[in-house]
Amino acid sequence: MSSASSASPGPAAFWSVADTARRIAAGEITATQVVEAALARIQAIDGELGAFLAVDAEGARAAAAEVDHRRAANVPQGPLAGVPIALKDVLVTRGLATTAGSKILHGWVPPYDAHVVGQLRAAGAVIVGKLNCDEFAMGSSTENSAYQPTRNPWDPSRVPGGSSGGSSAAVAAGLCAASLGTDTGGSIRQPAAFCGVVGMKPTYGRVSRWGVVAFASSLDQVGPLTRSVADAALVLQAIAGFDPRDSTSLDAPVPVFADALTGEVRGLRVGLPQEYFEAMDDDVRAALARTAAALVERGAELVDLSLPHTALALPAYYLVAPAEASSNLARYDGVRYGQRTDAPDLLDMYARTRGAGFGTEVKRRIMLGTYVLRAGYYDAYYKKAQQVRTLIKRDFDRAFRYCDVLLTPTTPTPAFRFGAKATPVEMYQADVFTLSCNLAGLPGISVPCGLTGDGLPIGAQLLGRPLDEATLLRAGGVIEAAVGLGDRHPPGPPGPPGPPVIGGGG
Amino acid sequence: MPALTRQEVEEIAVLARLHLEPEELDRMQHELGAILEHVAALAAADTTDVPAMTHAVPMDLRMRLDTAEPSLPVEEALAGAPRRDGQLIVVPSSIAPPGRAGAGSGS
Repeated sequence: MSSASSASPGPAAFWSVADTARRIAAGEITATQVVEAALARIQAIDGELGAFLAVDAEGARAAAAEVDHRRAANVPQGPLAGVPIALKDVLVTRGLATTAGSKILHGWVPPYDAHVVGQLRAAGAVIVGKLNCDEFAMGSSTENSAYQPTRNPWDPSRVPGGSSGGSSAAVAAGLCAASLGTDTGGSIRQPAAFCGVVGMKPTYGRVSRWGVVAFASSLDQVGPLTRSVADAALVLQAIAGFDPRDSTSLDAPVPVFADALTGEVRGLRVGLPQEYFEAMDDDVRAALARTAAALVERGAELVDLSLPHTALALPAYYLVAPAEASSNLARYDGVRYGQRTDAPDLLDMYARTRGAGFGTEVKRRIMLGTYVLRAGYYDAYYKKAQQVRTLIKRDFDRAFRYCDVLLTPTTPTPAFRFGAKATPVEMYQADVFTLSCNLAGLPGISVPCGLTGDGLPIGAQLLGRPLDEATLLRAGGVIEAAVGLGDRHPPGPPGPPGPPVIGGGG
Repeated sequence: MPALTRQEVEEIAVLARLHLEPEELDRMQHELGAILEHVAALAAADTTDVPAMTHAVPMDLRMRLDTAEPSLPVEEALAGAPRRDGQLIVVPSSIAPPGRAGAGSGS
């Protein structure tokens, strides 16, 4: 490590994924130096930020040493060799505690890696730790974590979004090059928008859910949070593809996503669904107008259209997701893993374990899901919601006859303050623009498109046809270049100096 | 779609295997009622002849050969169990002892 100046973050803190991998491959810096810089920055900043639930310094150092060893021995390396990446704590990690933000899993050490974790390791990534999230990914602010709040690096009095709030905050603050999150109703895109980073939810089935702590199985999808669209393409490349262990994994060809970043949108038809432009903050509306204008300036064509069933997405989501959650979370019963509260008989042990282990929002959703799946209520609630899902999907199918992508705000407001959402329904409305994408199984991306007058990031959302992540990355790259944040990073604490760079600039 | 009675909330807690304290039951009754009121908007949607969507993308169940494949060693699979006796997981009795009513929860 270089001498102790503390004026600015080391250059490595905000290096891109590609740049980090390239510098390590070229011998400008070692993977060990990169990971030591990341660990030092986490140590310096994260006490205040609260993004990490666990830092795996030992595992990260070993993985980095392995990368350096392989390089010295001229062994071919993966595309992410030496890149520090952190994981939302709903992705199980062999030998590293996984909590899903819940007390009920406190102390559980999984005996295997999630598919996506194995893919990252195979690509050479260095896993630095596990990131905070709303308990079982249920929430929009990370306030539902049983462990700690996570602060928004742009304004510590505000939430980082959720449920992947640790994932967005860590990337925005330069604590890792990229992270993985999960998105069930917006849980990658909404925190990405709140923290000024790129967040992509792939097409349902594009990325294996094997080893992902399940919330709502027909909606959950894993995806990257990164500081650039190009980085999102690289990380998505590493995790996408068929996995026979997930029965909903799609056996479809995976394109080279980096090839999509042509910088070209000439002739691209960009749909503007009127229902997504009704209620939002003025700053958000102005940023979206600038984004649309920038696309037009570069040759894209705007198409005004309607997705008439949009207003039904929120109620449909809050039936489907809790119903599936109530079933998925039945496994937490104090028998095979996690915490147990002892009681003299079995049923009482189940109920007391779950009563003590789950937080308020999780209990609320389990109760709601149990209610709507009850005999006699199924048709009125769950089946009805699944039918409405079909209507929402048909809206999108029709829209994509007239356009290639849809452009919307990711959220109606920038990041809100802690405690600002007083009731569950108010909190649920934070996801009003992101839910439909999950219900329809489409890919979506949030790309930063400017700051509010108060200096808070704003996200533009692009939604695409099934399996057409490439077009989202292409258009997202153009938005990033035209109206993105450039080199602007959160003002936050400076952190430690970066590693020495051998024979190169910062 | 009616608001929930306190008794319904207690019944759901039993079905959900959740022990809830009285004040939690009160709060749940109020909040679930508000959420159900919000989702009642769905009732107005015309879904005549609309099929229910179970998955976003058409999916066929895949078959695989019925052959044994590598899996977790027993010791690793059991390592997370809260109470064990060798290769067995220990749980409380599921049969009520004489003189004790059937197991209950949420009450």
